[in-house]
Amino acid sequence: MTTETLATTEPTTRPGKRPLVIKHRRRRPRVLAHVGLILVAVVMLYPLLWMVTSSLRPNDEIFTSPGLLIDTFDLSHYPDGWNALSKPFGSYLLNSALVVLGSVVGNLVSCSMAAYAFARLQFRAKTVAFAAMLLTIMLPVHVLIIPQYVMFAQLGWINTYLPLIVPKLLATDAFFVFLMVQFVRGIPRELDEAARIDGAGHARIFLQVILPLMVPALATTTIFTFIWTWNDFFSQLIFVTDPDLYTVPVALRQFIDAQSQSDFGALFAMSVVSLIPVFLVFLFGQRFLLRGIATTGGK
Amino acid sequence: MSAIGELRTLRRDGRGGLTADQKQALAKERRRDSKAAAVFLAPWLLGLVGITIGPMIASLYLAFTDYNLLQDPNFTGLENIQRMLGDERLGRSLVATLTYVVVSVPIQLAVALGLALLLDRGIRGLALYRSVLYLPSLLGASVAIAVLWRLVFGGEGLVNAFLGLFGIQGPAWVAEPDTALGTLIVLHVWTFGAPMVIFLAGLRQIPRQYYDAASTDGANKWQQLRKITLPLLSPIIFFNLVLGLIGSFQSFTQAFIVSNGSGGPADSTLFFSLYLYQEGFAGFRMGYASALAWLLLIIIGAFTALNFWASKYWVFYDD
Repeated sequence: MTTETLATTEPTTRPGKRPLVIKHRRRRPRVLAHVGLILVAVVMLYPLLWMVTSSLRPNDEIFTSPGLLIDTFDLSHYPDGWNALSKPFGSYLLNSALVVLGSVVGNLVSCSMAAYAFARLQFRAKTVAFAAMLLTIMLPVHVLIIPQYVMFAQLGWINTYLPLIVPKLLATDAFFVFLMVQFVRGIPRELDEAARIDGAGHARIFLQVILPLMVPALATTTIFTFIWTWNDFFSQLIFVTDPDLYTVPVALRQFIDAQSQSDFGALFAMSVVSLIPVFLVFLFGQRFLLRGIATTGGK
Repeated sequence: MSAIGELRTLRRDGRGGLTADQKQALAKERRRDSKAAAVFLAPWLLGLVGITIGPMIASLYLAFTDYNLLQDPNFTGLENIQRMLGDERLGRSLVATLTYVVVSVPIQLAVALGLALLLDRGIRGLALYRSVLYLPSLLGASVAIAVLWRLVFGGEGLVNAFLGLFGIQGPAWVAEPDTALGTLIVLHVWTFGAPMVIFLAGLRQIPRQYYDAASTDGANKWQQLRKITLPLLSPIIFFNLVLGLIGSFQSFTQAFIVSNGSGGPADSTLFFSLYLYQEGFAGFRMGYASALAWLLLIIIGAFTALNFWASKYWVFYDD
């Protein structure tokens, strides 16, 4: 499957005329399909909508009815939740943003460089290296986490964000290397050749020809890195244990423990807050998300 | 082509069919490129050695030691493996993990495929449906959604409030050993959007002429699905299956949050990765945890190999 054909996200209409009889028969299933789809969509979204409305209700009304209509608006959960932990929630958002920023920059730089080599350069043991890269996509993190922890602990990196960011600078998210290799392969080689005739070396071809053309792949990488890093709980739980440095997922987990179990509204409110960035990225970056996931099959 | 497809062709192609001229040209280009490659691949290579292969070797060694992070690792031979054989929690963890994987992955893929087929028929509002159905798969891995699930399936949660409308008194789903794992399976199925989008892309690759020809020959929709759609989509089904299995074997966040880190009730949600976390980072038995990690790698490897072997019998490659 090629990148270009998959990149079309709009449905292709079916050519060829069909006999009228068939058209008639197709009507009813269409309506049924819509009914089914709407039903599925409502069931899928209901828990999310319930979370949002629950964050806006007084605590004693949250669990009394499954409906979404709010009798009394209560915005107090948001300031309550914001200040419920040792630091205001904003500081955890900032910490997460820092980790995300480092991870995005790391992935963009290191993965695009590796992808250029794999897609455009000939070198010894390329097949082996490429196969190794593909295999690491499927390697479970758990096999590595303990020695990594030992290593980072010896480097004095526990309770810094370095264990979360440095691996990205070293292209360990091989998934994105693969995504970019796929994309670069789709860029016509004639462009490289033309630049080479003009005297450009690999550095210039990479920076001035390939990189500008692979912006869509870079956008996809940015968006996926953002969402996966923002949601990542496992490694943040392990490497960040100082409450002052907590990122959003770890702070939210602390919330369940710290919160007197009755203030569910505040818990809902901060859960909503923690999902807003992902939702916004989804809203504005959908095109790249769908394209990326279709090109490489997602993770 | 997917990562799996790439691996297939790499294995098959080798460097066989090149002429002498092509080989010479290749060698020349290779000399010119290899310097550049060393630079471009430097970060990746450093990561492969320092963050991936190095730790893998270290973890293999640690698997045969007793190590608590404070003292040096103490080589104990096969003791960790012996301990595994008698470890009842490990047994319950394997049951929970395998049940979760074997039940949730096929259901999720079936739902994803069903909806992709519905959406593929050039339906009105496709983009909107697709977005709505895709959204949960982006949020599903977050702590917030796990928290939400705890409350939706709690004793007084959303689900029981609904059941209450019909006079049914539901259990506290997340607190009952019989149902807690089920709530996590539901959560996994809820994130079917990602494989669905992959299926949609695959469906679009199937040439329309095939269907036109089939319907001219009088094949009905069901026959078309079985004889055209499913065979041509089988590489993508396979891809989703392999990645789905590998991914769900490693599930952690949801079980951790729903059970508050315990894997309870009665170890019913003690996913393998959660047990590994408890042993390694709560109990500081790093040696044993490393042995567990390798067991996980072996299990995932075996499942994947089995999958590749079985694929010969049902996956249809057009090329």
